[in-house]
Amino acid sequence: MSQHFVPLPDLPPPGNSVGPVAWLRSNLFSGWLNTSLTVVAIYILATTLPPLINWLFISADWVGEGKEACDSGGACWVFVANRWDIFIYGFYPKDQTWRVDLIFAALFVLTAPLFFKQLPGKLYLGGFILFIYPLIAFLLMRGGVFGLEPVETAKWGGFTLTLLLAGVGCIAALPLGVLLALGRQATNMPVVKGMCVLFIEFWRGVPLITVLFMSSVMLPLFLPEGVNFDKLLRALIGITLFQSAYMAEVVRGGLQAIPKGQYEAADALGLGYWRKYGLIVLPQALKIVIPGIVNTFIALFKDTTLVIIVGLLELLGMVKASLGDPAWPDVSREGYVFAAFMFWIFCFAMSRYSQWLERKLHTGHKR
Amino acid sequence: MTAEAQLATSKSEDKMIRLVGVNKWYDKFHVLKDINLEVAKGERIVVCGPSGSGKSTMIRCINRLEEHQKGQIIVDGIELTSDLRNIETIRKEVGMVFQHFNLFPHLTVLENCVLAPMWVRKTPRKEAEATAMSYLEKVKIPDQAKKYPGQLSGGQQQRVAIARSLCMNPRIMLFDEPTSALDPEMIKEVLDTMISLAESGMTMMCVTHEMGFAKTVADRVIFMDRGQIVESNAPHEFFNNPQNERTQLFLSQILNH
Ligand SMILES: Nc1ncnc2c1ncn2[C@@H]1O[C@H](COP(=O)(O)OP(=O)(O)OP(=O)(O)O)[C@@H](O)[C@H]1O
Ligand SMILES: [Mg+2]
Repeated sequence: MSQHFVPLPDLPPPGNSVGPVAWLRSNLFSGWLNTSLTVVAIYILATTLPPLINWLFISADWVGEGKEACDSGGACWVFVANRWDIFIYGFYPKDQTWRVDLIFAALFVLTAPLFFKQLPGKLYLGGFILFIYPLIAFLLMRGGVFGLEPVETAKWGGFTLTLLLAGVGCIAALPLGVLLALGRQATNMPVVKGMCVLFIEFWRGVPLITVLFMSSVMLPLFLPEGVNFDKLLRALIGITLFQSAYMAEVVRGGLQAIPKGQYEAADALGLGYWRKYGLIVLPQALKIVIPGIVNTFIALFKDTTLVIIVGLLELLGMVKASLGDPAWPDVSREGYVFAAFMFWIFCFAMSRYSQWLERKLHTGHKR
Repeated sequence: MTAEAQLATSKSEDKMIRLVGVNKWYDKFHVLKDINLEVAKGERIVVCGPSGSGKSTMIRCINRLEEHQKGQIIVDGIELTSDLRNIETIRKEVGMVFQHFNLFPHLTVLENCVLAPMWVRKTPRKEAEATAMSYLEKVKIPDQAKKYPGQLSGGQQQRVAIARSLCMNPRIMLFDEPTSALDPEMIKEVLDTMISLAESGMTMMCVTHEMGFAKTVADRVIFMDRGQIVESNAPHEFFNNPQNERTQLFLSQILNH
């Protein structure tokens, strides 16, 4: 004898557990501690936010010519608008800034297709961006070829320089860091391993500011008379070596997370050292350490501001230099807020990109 | 004719694997003691023995996942030395299936299968994919080709691992406890795959405790204990008339539980 199965009807949830009121009650006012913290937080926000918004937007001055336009008591964004070219392009000749624009526009157009999944030749495009594009960009920046007016590196500055330092630092440090991490793992080659350990520990042990200082003040002492290294190049090399040591340790963390069985399976298939790492181990290890890699990228992006001590003026340097202008007294708040905003936007974008990448590369269901 | 007599009469040329006086130590620990073993072409060997007796270590020496310190290992006529070219040649000819599958989780089933043929044997992608699909059909999972390993059951993963090894067209297959990480209902599907592989004439060496498999498939069963080969005999003799008391004890333990 069998019983007949009668499903119970689906009922809506009880009214006091859903909706905005229920959310408020369970998240903000669930107990006396939670309630008092909520009240304190609301009080702080209520006292600080309105004046801030007022200064930033409502009573701020947006258009005008000089300091005289700023008379309403709010932020003087006229200053930023007036100095925009300097902040972005540094001392790059005004009639040549299209070259910088072109470089960034090209990068944007080139990278956009990488975000779409189905696209043949993505690998070639990536290779082009990594190896050919920087060369073209460099030639375009410096000029002296194709009848372009030469622009010496001393004139490069502003946000362009920030992006250049951070971009080159990141892109060059990643492969270097991977090689250093592999070297540090090579237990069967003690000399290589020792050198990698020495390199990593040395560069991680010194602050970036010292590296930059050494590269501009000490390095010329060791170079033969008359050899004149470009200041920007020296800073770039210093930043790259410094960054690669950090990258190496991040990548090593990923390598350690790969189970021994993966190495053995690759060995058993006869893949050999480079294919084993290139096809099996590194794709998995790098995926694991995306958050760590982006973390060091973001740190470097902000550390580029330190190049001011060797006389290179990136965004913050340019803002600081502009603050001394007698035509624009009392605009330091606007300058720093603008610089902070630019840094924040880019760092935030990087962080979001890394999260997107992690989700995209997730093949999941790891056992 | 006993197994030893058979060995003595056959010529050494048709031996796929020869281990001559192989010894291995982990630091001071003597794992393999004077291993002598010859495996003929098409022969199917089952290795059994208590845990820690050196079974895995022995078969892993055959494709150099472990290095032996004394004696000779000759695979398909090539001696394993520290010469990297020899090691790579031998690894191309020897497939291996692991207890924990060791599929590459970032690649689909099909990509797992075509990777080594494409990169090591330089097979064109089209051809490698066709071969891979035919092996996936043999192990009865062609419809899972586009999935990632993490989306498959243990038994399916192990069959993919077998297909992946076969795609390299190996002359020898090594198995290290291929079914001991599987639930009982999945063991059969993997063993069936291995049986059909054995029927195709592949030279196989298999560490397993599946005595049913040993009885139906093996030409010879080898019993190891404490780094030594204690007994080596045809399955009928091995199970019904074990010579060594250590073998008798082992068999009574695993057959009566
Ligand atoms: N990398 C290693 N370093 C040191 N000792 C090891 C190492 N690998 C294995 N051993 C030891 O060598 C002995 C043989 O190990 P092996 O894995 O070959 O045994 P096994 O017969 O396969 O056992 P099981 O049935 O448990 O898999 C064991 O005592 C083990 O502890
Ligand atoms: Mg084992």
